[in-house]
Amino acid sequence: MTVLELRKITKTYGEGPAEVRALRGVDLTVEPGSMVAVMGPSGSGKSSLLTIAGSLEDPTAGEVVVGGTRLAGLSRNQRAALRRRYIGYVFQDYNLLPGLTALENVSLPLELDGTPSRRAQTAAAATLDDLGLADRADHFPDGLSGGERQRVAIARAVVGERRLLLADEPSGALDSVTGESVMRLIRAACKRGVAAVVVTHEAQLAAWADRVVFLRDGLVADQTAPVSGPESLLAPRTAQ
Amino acid sequence: MSVRHALLALLSQGPKYGLQLRDEFMAGTGEVWPLNVGQVYTTLQRLERDGLVESDDQAASGPQNVFRITTEGAGELAAWLRTPPDLSSPPRDELVIKVLVALRVPGTDPLGVIQVHRRYLVELMQQWTRLKGDSDAALGQALVVDAELFRLDAAVRWLDAAATRITAADARVTATGAGATAATPAPATKARRRTGAAR
Repeated sequence: MTVLELRKITKTYGEGPAEVRALRGVDLTVEPGSMVAVMGPSGSGKSSLLTIAGSLEDPTAGEVVVGGTRLAGLSRNQRAALRRRYIGYVFQDYNLLPGLTALENVSLPLELDGTPSRRAQTAAAATLDDLGLADRADHFPDGLSGGERQRVAIARAVVGERRLLLADEPSGALDSVTGESVMRLIRAACKRGVAAVVVTHEAQLAAWADRVVFLRDGLVADQTAPVSGPESLLAPRTAQ
Repeated sequence: MSVRHALLALLSQGPKYGLQLRDEFMAGTGEVWPLNVGQVYTTLQRLERDGLVESDDQAASGPQNVFRITTEGAGELAAWLRTPPDLSSPPRDELVIKVLVALRVPGTDPLGVIQVHRRYLVELMQQWTRLKGDSDAALGQALVVDAELFRLDAAVRWLDAAATRITAADARVTATGAGATAATPAPATKARRRTGAAR
């Protein structure tokens, strides 16, 4: 089943002379286990696409289908439940709660969704362990490096049964090698069946995706072909 | 990539056979630079002629011959490592030329041309990234792949900057020009010509 389907999404902000058409009929489908990167210049509609896909805001027109469910047919509470159970978010500035430890930050979405605290914390600890953060579980965010904070944010986004990971510039201010480790974690989540949409203006991050979609003026202007094997890089090159 | 200096570097670790040098060269670059054994022996012969390496048997360059670096060879290697490659004069970049030409050809959308090249570069970057694999690669390979990715990334960034500049120039022309662009089939090109004429 398709994890995310956007059908003819438009998004308009403001009215009259101040009207801005951020999205002008975007179609996008993301299958389980695949990573799609969305690239485009500032103002191309990248971030709107992500917030609409994550049901954080409504489209002006068009349909959002998450895990086979049309968002338009859901009540506020049903949507909130879908967001908690099915969708994980990773933001550039991590958005961790400063008063909670890494473990508590990761277990919070499960507890909010009604999972008993002990079970939520066990699941959170397992996820932190998967991401190589077992020894950081009791640290508060300000005691973690930027790379560690982002790994905690990814743990929080994939803990439990989340099937859709939405990331906005996930390696933001990190150096390129630390940024790479963040992308490796997202790829690892995809290998376990999670579908990911990563919005970025950095080609080096987008290159981790199975498919790169280019937005221009609120439309999908282009996309990459399926990735061919790296073998083709090796054949024609000979040392001089 | 200088095979000559790569071989000197490998020999600086101790005496080696030709075949061994080939294998270690390829392993050290993550097998991204294939090197045939004939190239290794030809290079070794030249290095020996120049007094930078020596072998047990100068007459035979077969697989049984062991090569070692000389004092002169070690000096040459040390000097090479610290000599910056010549990056002072910009190479004539075909990509830059194509975008510049696209601005001048009537009926051509320069942003469309930019996107064709951007997509190609990103597809190449996806392939290089695949080479990194799921776990941390050997150090040599990681460094080679990073170098390719940064090189391609620089080209993508230049395309992004070019697109931004072209869009801004078009917006300026539309704002200040008599609004003639709206009636033309290729406003971007038309705008470009005007911008050029205004300079």
